[in-house]
Order: sequence, then C-alpha cells, then structure tokens
Amino acid sequence: MDIIKGIRTRRGAKLNIKGTAEKILSKAISTPTYALKPDDFFGTTPKLLVKEGAEVITGDPVFFSKQDPRIKIVSPVSGIIKEIVRGPKRKIEKIIIEANQNKEVRSHEVANWETLGRDALIALLLESGNWPFLQQRPYGTLAHPDETPKAIFVSTLDTSPLAVDHAFLLTNNHENFQQGINVLNKLVDQAVFLGVDANFSAPFEKVENVQCYTIAGPHPAGNLSFHIQELSPINMGDRVWTVNPEDVVNLGRFITEGVFSAQRTVAFAGNALKAPKYFPTTIGVELAPMIEEVETTQSGVRLINGDVLSGKTTSTQGYLGYYNNLVSVIPEGNTYRMFGWLPFKDNSILSLSNTSFSRLFNKSGFEIDTNLNGEERALVVTGEMEKVFPLDLYPMQLLKACMIEDIEKMEALGIYEVVPEDFGLIDYANTSKIEAQEIIRKGIELMINEVG
Amino acid sequence: MNFLRKSLDELKKPFGKGQKLEKFAPAINAFDTFLFVPNHTTKKGAHIRDAVDLKRTMVTVIIALLPALIYGIYNTGYQYYAQTGEPFTFLEAFIHGSWKIVPMIIVSYVVGLSIEFGFAVYRGHEVNEGYLVTGLLIPMIMPVDIPLWMVAVSTAFAVLIAKEAFGGTGMNILNPALTARAFAFFAYPTYMSGNKVWVSEASNVDAISGETILGTLAAGGDVNYSMFEMFQGAIPGSIAETSTLWVAVGALILILTGVGSWRIITGGIVGAAVMGFLFNLWGANALMSFSWMNHLVVGGFAFGIVFMATDPVSGAQTNKGKWIYGVLVGIFCIMIRVFNPAYPEGVMLAILLMNVFAPTIDHYVINGNIKKRKKRWAVAQELKSA
Repeated sequence: MDIIKGIRTRRGAKLNIKGTAEKILSKAISTPTYALKPDDFFGTTPKLLVKEGAEVITGDPVFFSKQDPRIKIVSPVSGIIKEIVRGPKRKIEKIIIEANQNKEVRSHEVANWETLGRDALIALLLESGNWPFLQQRPYGTLAHPDETPKAIFVSTLDTSPLAVDHAFLLTNNHENFQQGINVLNKLVDQAVFLGVDANFSAPFEKVENVQCYTIAGPHPAGNLSFHIQELSPINMGDRVWTVNPEDVVNLGRFITEGVFSAQRTVAFAGNALKAPKYFPTTIGVELAPMIEEVETTQSGVRLINGDVLSGKTTSTQGYLGYYNNLVSVIPEGNTYRMFGWLPFKDNSILSLSNTSFSRLFNKSGFEIDTNLNGEERALVVTGEMEKVFPLDLYPMQLLKACMIEDIEKMEALGIYEVVPEDFGLIDYANTSKIEAQEIIRKGIELMINEVG
Repeated sequence: MNFLRKSLDELKKPFGKGQKLEKFAPAINAFDTFLFVPNHTTKKGAHIRDAVDLKRTMVTVIIALLPALIYGIYNTGYQYYAQTGEPFTFLEAFIHGSWKIVPMIIVSYVVGLSIEFGFAVYRGHEVNEGYLVTGLLIPMIMPVDIPLWMVAVSTAFAVLIAKEAFGGTGMNILNPALTARAFAFFAYPTYMSGNKVWVSEASNVDAISGETILGTLAAGGDVNYSMFEMFQGAIPGSIAETSTLWVAVGALILILTGVGSWRIITGGIVGAAVMGFLFNLWGANALMSFSWMNHLVVGGFAFGIVFMATDPVSGAQTNKGKWIYGVLVGIFCIMIRVFNPAYPEGVMLAILLMNVFAPTIDHYVINGNIKKRKKRWAVAQELKSA
C-alpha cells in the first residue's frame, strides 16, 4: 500500500478527557428491543412501510425516504414492531422493534456481484437496505443514487474526545473491509480514499484498491471535511461520498453473504462510567443493558450518541444511533460556581484559553461535565475560532452569513465544504457560547431547500 | 455559600417566567451571575464547554488595566505636589489622585451601566459585560480636571450613539471609550487641550503649568523630560496613559492570556516606529525630528495601541487584517501628530479612523479566500467541459 499524501494541521485541540474505553471487547449482551430513528438520517423524511404489531425479519424494509422512495431503511433484527413513537406534529421519532428468536433473514442474490454493472449494483444496495451507509458531501445527507461521486472517503482515524480506535474495531474484519472497499470502487468516479493515522499500524497495511493518506494533528484533524478539502475539494456541483469504517465492513459482509449486516461495535466511554469498554452489538440497540454492565458512577448523567462535541443527547432508556460507534456518558453539571468567572479560578475545568491554568496543571486527563460555564453573549472575541478550525475558510464569517441567511455569501465562504460537526470544537471553545453547530445545521437546511 | 445561593433564588422568584417582574429579569440576572456562574447546562451543540466566558475575558482586561490605573492615580497626585512644590509622600499623592479619579470612575459606571441595563431590559437580552471595560477606560483617558458632568455626558453619548444605536455589544463600529473621548474633545475643546487641564488643579493654582510633551512640541517648545521619565510616566497627560512602563505590563497580561491581539499591538508599534523613523530622516520641524523611540513612549500611543486598538469588536477580525490594521494605526498616529498641530495626540483619531476602515480591510482579506475558492470552481468546471 502506498501513501499518496500526508495531511497535517496544527489548528485544533486535543481535549484530554478521562474515561476512554479500554480496548476490551466485552461479550455480547442480549437486548430485548431495537429502534430506528429517522432523525439519524439528516435531510430524510420517513414514510412508514410497517404498522405496529407487524412482524419483520432482518433486512425487511421498515420505512423509506420521501425524498427518494428507492432508499429503504431495513430492520437490523427479526422481531415485531412494538411501537411507533411520534413527537409533536406526529413526527416519527423512533420505530421500536422487539426482537424474537426467528432466525429467518431476507437474502439477496450476490454471488455474481462482480459482474454486475454500476446501475445493477446500486439497485441491489438500495433494495437490500445498504444504501444508508453511503453519505454525501456537501450537506452530509444520504447519498443520491443517480449521482456519481468523484471520490469516496473512508477515514479510520477519529480524533474526537474519547474516540474509538477504528483499528481495534476492524481487528477481525479485514476480509469484509476489503470487500466493502471493492464495492465502493464500483460506485466511484475517480478513487476511494482511505485515511489512516500517521503512526498507523497493521490492519490497514494490506488494503488494496484505495488511495491511502495519513492524517496528523489535533481534533478535528480526523474529520472528513478537512481530508476532502486537502485531497479532492468540493466545488459547486461536485459530489463526494463518505462511509464509516465499520459500514464498509457491513457492505463487505453483505456482498459476501447476501444478508443485510447491521454489525456495530460500540464503545461506552466517559468519566461517569466505572468500566468503559467496547461491546459487539447491532445498529439501533437499546442502551440500558450495556449501561448496567459498565456502571455509572453517579446519578445525573448524560448519555450521548456520539462524541461529547457533536453527539446527540439520549437517555438510559434510549437507543444507539444508526452511525454511532461511541456512546459517551458524562456527568450533568447543573451546579453553581461562586465567582467562577474570575480568571485562573477553577483550574480543574478544561480550558483552551490562557485565562486558566488548567492545561499546565492537569496532565492526566480532565473530569468534564455539561455545565455551560457561562451564558450566551454577543460575538465579541475574534480569532479564537480560527485556532481550532483546520479548514481553509473563515468560520466566523461563514457563521454570520448563515445567521443572516445570505445564500450567495454562504456559498462563497464555503458552506459546501463543511458539516455541523466540524464546528464542534468552535461550540466548545468560543467565549460567547454561540451554538455554532446549530447555526451551520440551519444554514445547510436552508441550502438544501433553496439550492438543493 | 449555600445560604447565599438560597437567598438569591428566593430573591429571584418574582423575576421568574410568567411572574410579575419577568421583564426586569436581565437586571437581577446580571447581579446573580456576578456572584455565581449559573447552573445552566448545554442544551444543543457541543455537550461540554470551555471554562472561559465573556465575563472572564472582560475581567482579564480590567486586571490588565489596573497597573496603569494605579500609576495614573499616583501620577495625578505626583504632578500636583511636584509642581506646587509642597513636600508629599507616596500615600498623599495617591490619596490626592483617588480624590480626583474615583468619582470619575463612579460617574462613568453609573451612567453607562444604567443605560446598558435599560437597553437589556428593553431588548430582553442579558446584560453584556463589555461595559465593565469601557466604563473603566473612559475616565482613564480623560484629562484629570474635566468636570464630572462632562464625563457623564460623554459616557451617555458613547453608549447611546456609538454602541446601542448600532445594536449593542458586538455590533458597534467605533470603540465606545474612544468615542466618549472624541466627543468630549470636540464638544468641550477648552477643557481638553491647552496647558491647564493635564495636571490636577492647574487652572486654580498659578504655579502649575501642565503642558503635555506633544503639546509643547506642537507649539514649538523644548521638552524638559528625559526618555526614561517619559517611559516611566511621571509626566502630564491624560490620567492613565502616561506610563508606558505600566501599560507594557498590561500589554503583557493581555498577550499572555491571549485576550488582546499581539498582532495588532506588534503591528502598531512597527507602524509607528517606521513612520517616526521616516519623519526623523525628513526632520522639517520639532515634531518630525522628535526621535522615533520617544514617539513610542510619549502621549497616548502605547495606551491606545494596547487597550483601544485591540478592541476585538471595532478592530479588524481576521488575522491578516489585524496586522494591516495595527500597522496603519501606528502610521496614522504618528502622521497626525506630525502634520496636524491642532491635534498633538494622533492616536485617538488614528484608531477611530481605522475602526471605520477595519471592515474594509477584513472584506479584502476574506475576498482573497473567496477568490481562491471561485478560481478552484472555475478550473474544475473547465476540466469537466474539456
């Protein structure tokens, strides 16, 4: 395997947080229910295909996308549709499936997949429910079946706080990973890019049919937006697809066995856990049984599907997100701090600012909580966003363009090149407590509606 | 602490949602959050947040201002006693200065904060901390003998016209503190220039003649102070700008904490030094041949470039823009000093001028990025059609 390029950045920050999952794969825990959450698929409106009480087997479609009816989201397990939970305006929040012992699966003919044309392969992936594994840039929505991406990106380095080690996840899945890469190669125009850690090791050495690049630097160096801008920047009208490493494995397994694979290795991590570790499980699994196993250290914790910067809040009764390999569990921080605004006070709180000694004193990792550490204020301080933003664009100006909904300016300043999670660290670091990810998400929604 | 917290919660009850005094919640919240960082948790976006907030940032600036302020208070007394010839101790000088300056600070805070609180309640947002700095800056850059009512009027003008009229904190074009000074300068010129306003009681006591160094030079006179005196600050001038030494300490605090932009400060010093040096070569009048090194330490230049030009709201916002902005402030400051004897101190006007141009500078810097992107698009388009 040749390395085509090494990309690196100094802009960003490594948040040294306690509670990284130990690289122990716990034994599988049986869980009674699973759920699919339409909100996990950004920009997709669900249309149900099943009713409460219906029986489904692994691979049976549960709902499809209103935007493109060919895109189906299928059941990760066999069971009975237990409940369809609706929120305000009858919005579908989740579809809960109660698993049963039915070993039946929906199989597809895959033996001759290598001889299939691109269109036939796409039809097979759509029909079998594998399509949601493919996401597109710009916008971070599901890939569009009628478009050909110029490149497909897979990054095996996650630099976010408490991140999972993808090399560890893929330990016993090399063959399927390679098969998945082969599938992606049939879909792409130019090349499949594989990002690996600059000090990468064994599992990726033998991967073929990829353009391999190395990544070095603090978070968000591992974010795909940065890699795409460095290697195959998105111009107006361009499409680039992205796939999570474990979903490449799922694609590979599907193409080998003909059955929808919903494997998900999940790390439970965070400073509110006694024994953070990894579990082999399935997409949409209910979290409670595993939380019991890893044990929280206190009541009043927050469960997050994903990392602490860009994940979604869930609860102990919640379910694993579709794409998440990480569940972060951290203490809630609803406490007061007297005169906490004094500079150099409360140095136990992680701070990137030099108005705190925190980084001098605490080398072993920080206890974190969800306190806002202040209140939202007008944008005053400048220059702090650029320090934690590796992309070649002006983050504060892009945020302002999104706030005033100036589409032309958003385009010119690079809205096509970002997704909300790129602004996670800006959310964290900015003095005025501006909700940057929310602003970008709304900006992207505006772009989807107005420009498409 | 628990008792205090409980009493505060009790006190806040009538200001809660749906209660009688809900409208005035920003006012009580301002006091509450001064005592306690609130228990708010993250609701959307990142789940964890940095310990820094605007209060902490603004308080850091105030800490950086303190050395210059304390020296300014002492110097007020020192100038007075040194010129009247009375014997005095450090403490006496300090007390004399406090007697003059503390009322100005109180007036500035009371007037400014009242307006800020009023607008916060009217607009229904929390009180921003920016005025904590502005309110201290305003008296620090006034002549010591300015009547208190002028401080009040200038402050009100600055907060209303320079800040709230543009939408409040974060939206203003001009630095509010400098606007207050400029207002006083143009509205009451006799109180803001000449040789009777820079030293405490100069207009009442005949023995005192408190001409500033730049004023002397502009009038074609000779300067009787050594460079060390200018640097250390035992000279007449606006209250807290005289001591380059203590301003430098403040600059160090700002730069080390990352609160003030080192790019603007460095750029300003470089710009002023180069400009001063060029004028030295020219040397057509007293101000032109005034050594460029002395230019850096006299007058309000040091104070202006460290505490005024670095205001992130009215200054340039991009890193490249900050360099350009800083250098231009330095250049214009010296240029105004040298060319316009009516305004012997150019830093105020230089910064206000650059405040106006800062968005333009940023516009061109950002346009560079936009052009780069558009060019990439055009190249890609050509490749596709080829």
